[in-house]
Amino acid sequence: MNTLPQQLANGLFLGSMYGLIAIGYTMVYGIVQLINFAHGEIFMTGGFGALTVYTSLPDGTSIWVALPLMVIGGSLVAVLIAIGAERFAYRPLRGAPRLAPLITAIGLSLALQQAVFNWYPKADNALSFPQLPGGPFHVGSISIQSGDIFLVVVAVICMSGLAAFVRTSRTGRAMQATAQDPDTAQLMGIDTNRIIVIAFAIGGLFAAVAAVASGLKYGQVKYDMGFQAGLKAFTAAVLGGIGNIYGAMLGGLVLGIAESCASAYISNIPGMEQLGGGSWANVWAFVLLIVVLLVRPQGLLGERVADRA
Amino acid sequence: MTALLEVEDLRVAYGKIEAVKGISFSVEAGQIVTLIGTNGAGKTTTLRTLSGLIKPVAGRIVFDGQPLARVPAHKIVSLGLAHSPEGRHIFPRLTIEQNLQLGAFLRKDSAGITKDIQRAYELFPILGERQKQAAGTLSGGEQQMLAMGRALMCQPKLLMLDEPSMGLSPIMMQKIMHTIVELKAQGTTILLVEQNAQAALSLADQGHVMEIGKIVLSGTGSNLLHDESVRKAYLGED
Repeated sequence: MNTLPQQLANGLFLGSMYGLIAIGYTMVYGIVQLINFAHGEIFMTGGFGALTVYTSLPDGTSIWVALPLMVIGGSLVAVLIAIGAERFAYRPLRGAPRLAPLITAIGLSLALQQAVFNWYPKADNALSFPQLPGGPFHVGSISIQSGDIFLVVVAVICMSGLAAFVRTSRTGRAMQATAQDPDTAQLMGIDTNRIIVIAFAIGGLFAAVAAVASGLKYGQVKYDMGFQAGLKAFTAAVLGGIGNIYGAMLGGLVLGIAESCASAYISNIPGMEQLGGGSWANVWAFVLLIVVLLVRPQGLLGERVADRA
Repeated sequence: MTALLEVEDLRVAYGKIEAVKGISFSVEAGQIVTLIGTNGAGKTTTLRTLSGLIKPVAGRIVFDGQPLARVPAHKIVSLGLAHSPEGRHIFPRLTIEQNLQLGAFLRKDSAGITKDIQRAYELFPILGERQKQAAGTLSGGEQQMLAMGRALMCQPKLLMLDEPSMGLSPIMMQKIMHTIVELKAQGTTILLVEQNAQAALSLADQGHVMEIGKIVLSGTGSNLLHDESVRKAYLGED
């Protein structure tokens, strides 16, 4: 189980999930320079949305029928909450000092968590999430769960779809323009409010997809699942260079692989026997972040802000 | 005949600080009108208000028969009012061609857009030579050409240019001023904001001198150019 290819694969799965969530942080930051700290909770509501769809389907519905419906339901919930947050929590603070929307984001994050905790039936504990049948599959020495296959497939579809959308579509071009210079974008006739809503919506959509994948992978959803996942995805976004969508993808993968390799191998180093294993994974993830930011403060693919002038 | 642009008692404030304190002027179709004055006179604020980036506190703006005060910035462009902002503000990480295409963001006629991009390359050949290059790599003068070319891409009835000569070499500045005259000859109406009073007044039909938020003197370009107080205050003569 501890072979290097297996650890790389585990890291890839975990990293795909971080990357999907990180898109939400990076797109919103790229366009409005806001760290949406409630994004982890948007991810969480996507998971609960999907679970709600699953439990309301008749017993015995095939998971292959249920899964697409769960993705749609979860996305709907997460996108609506993301758009609502933008419209009613962040937009009124658009011209305010940066600290105000930041604190609002933290407040919204707590509010969403508590709302699910108090009002979703039995959500004070982890709720079990359906599993995909089949697996584990074996490729050489690597063993892969069917949930992980779903995760990688949707991550590739979402990421390549987004890259193509931003590069080639008219709205994508408008997003690039808004990110680079919002006032001038308006002078071109771009409705920047609409672009901001789209950025929040894409973030919510990707977070919901990640939440379904997370539910399948771990077999459960919980009201506080967004805290850790959100923190890691935010780390991934910063690591890759916040504001850059390719950076979010890369940052997610690097973080996932580093985490899985660190927990497997650090304890082999003489004198560090106590520092391996899953419980230290977060420590190594943040050590990596600090090291990268010391060497490259703008993140792996981030651009220096100097060219804005 | 009514003017293309009419501004009446326009007041603009940043918080409690009033930057434009009730100015009135108009721009007739086919003219070059210039606003001159020192830093902080309110020239840029005036243009940003006209294009909707700032909402006025009071006053009336009528463009082509339509009141503008409550129209959002992104809709004002579609009425035919283009704004080439101070400091050029090209999109640095997009190519020259993409910058020009963004200038035509609201247009649907792709054949016409292609033709107008070619026209911009004819007006500024250097842009044509570098169409696939990131705009941030251009020199200041070239960026100014791109900003002007981009503003022209929406086929404006009125082109507002904010400090097009700022930071340019004398040769580059002459070229930009020459282009402004050429654009006028092609029928474009221009509202020009400049700190370089000499250059702006010598090609303007009408000029207005702004000082701390007010218009203190108005006249034809050549009258102002020869006005004693203007020469003292803005053209560096004793």
